[in-house]
Amino acid sequence: MSRYAPIFWLVIFLTVPLWLKDQYFLHVLIITGIFIIAAMSLNLLLGFTGQLSLGHIAFFGIGAYASSLTSVGFDVELFGVVRVVHKPWPAVAGLIIGTALAGFCGFLIGKLSFKVRGAYFIIVTLSFAEVTRLVALNWVELTQGPMAINNVPPFTVGLPGLGYVALWNKAYYYYLVLFIAILAYILIARLVGSRIGRAMVALKENESLAVSIGIDVTRYLILGAVVSAALAGAAGSLYAHYVKIIDPDVFHFMYTVTMIIMVITGGKGTLAGPIVGGLIFGFLPVAVRSFASPEVQWMIYGVFMIIIVFVLPQGIVPAVTQWIESFRSRPPNDTGPALASLATSRKED
Amino acid sequence: MAEFLQHLVNALVLGGTYALLGIGLTLIFGIMRIVNFTHGELFAFGAYFVYLFAMLLGFNFFIAFAIAVVGGCLLGAAIEFILLRPLRGADIETTMLVTIGAWIIMQNTELLVWGGVAKAITTPFPETPLVIGAISVSPLRVFVLVIALVLIGGTYALIHRTKLGMGMRATFQDSETAELMGLNIRGIYTATFSIGSGLAAAAGALLGPVFLAAPTMGDLASLKAFAIVILGGLGNITGATIGGFLLAIIEELGAGYISSGYRDAMGFLIIIAVLLVKPTGLFARAERIG
Repeated sequence: MSRYAPIFWLVIFLTVPLWLKDQYFLHVLIITGIFIIAAMSLNLLLGFTGQLSLGHIAFFGIGAYASSLTSVGFDVELFGVVRVVHKPWPAVAGLIIGTALAGFCGFLIGKLSFKVRGAYFIIVTLSFAEVTRLVALNWVELTQGPMAINNVPPFTVGLPGLGYVALWNKAYYYYLVLFIAILAYILIARLVGSRIGRAMVALKENESLAVSIGIDVTRYLILGAVVSAALAGAAGSLYAHYVKIIDPDVFHFMYTVTMIIMVITGGKGTLAGPIVGGLIFGFLPVAVRSFASPEVQWMIYGVFMIIIVFVLPQGIVPAVTQWIESFRSRPPNDTGPALASLATSRKED
Repeated sequence: MAEFLQHLVNALVLGGTYALLGIGLTLIFGIMRIVNFTHGELFAFGAYFVYLFAMLLGFNFFIAFAIAVVGGCLLGAAIEFILLRPLRGADIETTMLVTIGAWIIMQNTELLVWGGVAKAITTPFPETPLVIGAISVSPLRVFVLVIALVLIGGTYALIHRTKLGMGMRATFQDSETAELMGLNIRGIYTATFSIGSGLAAAAGALLGPVFLAAPTMGDLASLKAFAIVILGGLGNITGATIGGFLLAIIEELGAGYISSGYRDAMGFLIIIAVLLVKPTGLFARAERIG
């Protein structure tokens, strides 16, 4: 069962647009998928290296802005001396540039804050997010400030015989997000299962020991930060080209909190954790919205966060996995084992 | 030159409240090892307490201020007692997630109760500024600076002259040994969190009338408090005091001479500079409180 579970889920996810005809739910699923990619990237740092990025939305926002600006074009004067004019490029170029730029920022932040341990990385990332928001708000010439960047073009795909087709259709966009999410999942799974991943876990468990056996801790931390930031940037780019409008509110701290809640609820340090947590918190707002104002909705998030820390500190996926372990003799008859096997299948090989 | 001096005077007023914020946070971090995200919300609560009692209930402004400080202490003690005491011994990340949860709840409670519109608080001080040469400063701001200095002095006295302060210093140095010596560590933790929260509420109650009371004012306050604490070295009270004034001066000069839009980015630039040059903080000595 556990060997076929990933295939089972893949088939479910692949066929969604075929049986889900409600466009609104498809929209929620696309946004959820984008945030799951971001949550997976956060999980790489938080779950596997033990470093919490409290400004993860900065990388997401940088990806969104870089990608939008690449595809919309801009005309700015730097320091009143150099005039930089950029003609619009295809959206795919934006995705690549947004991902790369976010990764580069992750490198700088990691290089800077991993000189010391403790709360520094948390505070540096938090402040970094605030500064990127201020830049997006104040550098009006480049980012349009609060007026927002409008008309961000959609992704286009070259099809033989049809030329370039724009992905306006929600079902197509769903497949694009799914494709990137699977790529991100495989990348993280490969990374975590490799020598690098083992080094990351080693330094999370006992850093002095890891150093003593010759693991270059800082290098792996920085590598984790780069990959994590780049994936968050890719998610941001997908977001920008989907909603077609980007303003400084994209840097709102609550988005980072949403990613964190997704990761710790699902189970940090497990591959399936962000997916399970992401699906719950992607659809929870839809359910809560019908009877609660946004403030109450956020308060519910806050209460949920505290309860999870107190009751299920490991998150849902590890708890379910343990529960399954204790019923090993029984044949699995619900979706629990399948979810859990997503988490454990990498560990087993 | 006159403009420069004016900026400096403004910075001094702001710096006093920043120092209060920083001292509160550094006490909590130094003694309890908790990265406290409710700090900025206590700051906002301080401002709203004054608004509630002075503007809505018609109390005297000074009494409203005192209520705000005491209310901040009580609220802090409640947070510690309900959320943090059961988690004693948990790692930094766990307690931090709980304070983030509490922060979200507190901020949205403010939004729900007061709405998103900022509230103005009037004071009994005359509007006409005191003019000394080319510098002008409103009586309210003088009051803010004086009270901030009194509270900073009071905190120093508390830590160096009282039995509770001695217990706090002992806990800071080695909590296990302190507990073995018969100190009531739980009580000290609650007192520390309560005092730290009270200082944040005092800062908010002082700045509320100078600017406005807004639900989101806590976010930036938290961020700035963190910058101050990093600047002064984690757990260093003197560092936090100097750091508070330093941040205010840098912000004020940056806003005055570079760009006011990036005023709030200055704290981050400071964090970067400190991490590049001296990661343990500018005023780090041997790990010691006081």
